Amino acid sequence: MHSIIRCYAEIDIEAFDFEKVHTDTSGDQMDVEHTIKKIYRQFERESSIDPELPKLKKNLHIKLLKSWLKDLPKNYECLDASRTWLIYWILHSLWILNDMPDSETLSQCVEFIKKCQHEEGGYGGGYLQFPHLGTTYAAVNALSIIGTDEAYDSIDRSSLQKFLWTVRDVDGSFALHRGGEQDIRGVYCAISIAKITNIYTDTLFDKTAEWVVSCQTYEGGFAGCPGMEAHGGYAFCGVATLALLNRTQLCDVDALLRWSVNRQMRLEGGFQGRTNKLVDGCYSFWQGAAFPIISAILSKQENKELIETVFFDQGALQEYIIICCQGPEGVGDPFVIGCPSNELNRVHPLHNVAPHFVYNAVHYFIRHPPPVKDKN
Amino acid sequence: MSDSGDDAAWVPYKERPEWGDVTPVKEDDGSNPVVVIAYSEKLLQLTKDAVELNPANYTVWQYRRDILKALGGDLMSELDYMEAVIKQSPKNYQDPSRELELTGDALLHDPKNYHAWQHRQWAMKTFGLLTDDVRNNSAWNQRYFIVNNHLGWSDINVQKEICYTLEKIKFIKNNESAWNYLRGVLLHDKRGLSGNAVVTSFCEELYKNKCRSSYLLAFLIDICDEALKKGENNSLHNCNRAMELCAALANKYDKIRSKYWNYISTKFIKYQTESESNKNGADKLIE
Repeated sequence: MHSIIRCYAEIDIEAFDFEKVHTDTSGDQMDVEHTIKKIYRQFERESSIDPELPKLKKNLHIKLLKSWLKDLPKNYECLDASRTWLIYWILHSLWILNDMPDSETLSQCVEFIKKCQHEEGGYGGGYLQFPHLGTTYAAVNALSIIGTDEAYDSIDRSSLQKFLWTVRDVDGSFALHRGGEQDIRGVYCAISIAKITNIYTDTLFDKTAEWVVSCQTYEGGFAGCPGMEAHGGYAFCGVATLALLNRTQLCDVDALLRWSVNRQMRLEGGFQGRTNKLVDGCYSFWQGAAFPIISAILSKQENKELIETVFFDQGALQEYIIICCQGPEGVGDPFVIGCPSNELNRVHPLHNVAPHFVYNAVHYFIRHPPPVKDKN
Repeated sequence: MSDSGDDAAWVPYKERPEWGDVTPVKEDDGSNPVVVIAYSEKLLQLTKDAVELNPANYTVWQYRRDILKALGGDLMSELDYMEAVIKQSPKNYQDPSRELELTGDALLHDPKNYHAWQHRQWAMKTFGLLTDDVRNNSAWNQRYFIVNNHLGWSDINVQKEICYTLEKIKFIKNNESAWNYLRGVLLHDKRGLSGNAVVTSFCEELYKNKCRSSYLLAFLIDICDEALKKGENNSLHNCNRAMELCAALANKYDKIRSKYWNYISTKFIKYQTESESNKNGADKLIE
């Protein structure tokens, strides 16, 4: 990865030009740029003294994640319906930081996730909560990261497949839970769960690719449902679903690439989620994860070498994450700029299971076919 | 959130006579629970309204919907109630209401709230929301939605939308929302992106007047691209011009996207070598 740090002057000339027309959007953008510039200026001063900078505060992150895996502070109450997510986010982060918890702790995670499994199939966000595609996706991914037979065998795949049928609509879309909203997140979670656990069938995903493509907007990104505005999280769900269904040729990949590269902020270095919105750390994942998929599609369509091409500025993104999104030493809580109203920015999503976890899980479930094969 | 002043009068459900026939179920996370959230004693007592404690608890909302349906309950007062709860949680993915007033209120508070717009599209069919903030992309998207789903892309509507958008671009040249909308409208113009003389001359005029907005340069590249594909390349819109523009973007006007512009540039290099080898092939045939 190229790691040339942009100097302050290079960043400064990228400032937003409001063209003498003030609106809410320009005001918000200029406020954020002011904050970011202050951070980059401060960084330039510090790095002239300490040549080791910028540094990822690895030990600090590991310490926090491990303590959160046991107990979370009171302001996490609003994630009481998302506890399988918390396990997944934390385990995945710890894996990336190369410091996985001991096997006893992992076994306790399996035990807890089992408690969230609903008798109708699928997982709720906590004990006795209704099954939900999001919390099921998190549970399956967390179990794949744990990767023991105990973890894999704890999944009731027959009822899981029944649950997917109960939330599927005739048009190929999926609701997040019984009576819940239908959007592209549901589709992505469903296909991902089905592929990992080997309960995928063609009929279960009949018309799904066509429905997903109808969410691609005139801007090139994907929306949550047809007609809505293109958005980073939904764009990832859309293109990832098409890739898992092997139907990427249905979408306009050039338009998706154009829209995706334009989400990187020229001054901040990080990504915004939508056109004319503010930078936010979580889109480092959402927007960032779409790029390898786009490269893979283009490498098939145009030339093989494109698989290696990274279309966004990795150096600038790295600067933003490490310099702007890590809290000051001693305070402990890394934070994210751009969304001050979001109190939960500390566990901002990190949603992809590393490839070898997926590989291991998929092979385990191929060796152990589900007891009941799709009867629908 | 419930007012803490109520605490003194609070009687737990299990101690209320009318709930005597219900056996409480304990939260059971197993013997070695993980990700345990620190519930306070006070909040345990306030389970009377679980959604107020956690509006993101989809299970509770679903229970409420089921119960309301079964009892034939008052939906309007439920909507009022949800309004109160949703207002307190800006990123609630569970807002089940679909009424206009509620989303209108939410948009006053946050004009880009994704979920409020999602509901608004269900309920409303009005026009002209860009007057307050011409950079609000959600409002541009809404405009597209209305033409696409209600008015239709007749030739006259396409022309009207193009004129409207060019006016807005003239006003603010770096407004990506307007440029994106222009591309969107041109998807419905039979002459394509490069065939509309109003649009191409507008862009060339801006360029001549020293405008170097990255969105303008990107648009000119796409005009070149389409002209080439149609075999209509001319002195203004051709491979060399496109490659020059890519280089200007990569090295000066849009440096953060230099990798992307270099990639786009290689596509034009390919065009050029292909057309040259075709020409050579044809020359050889003539010889």
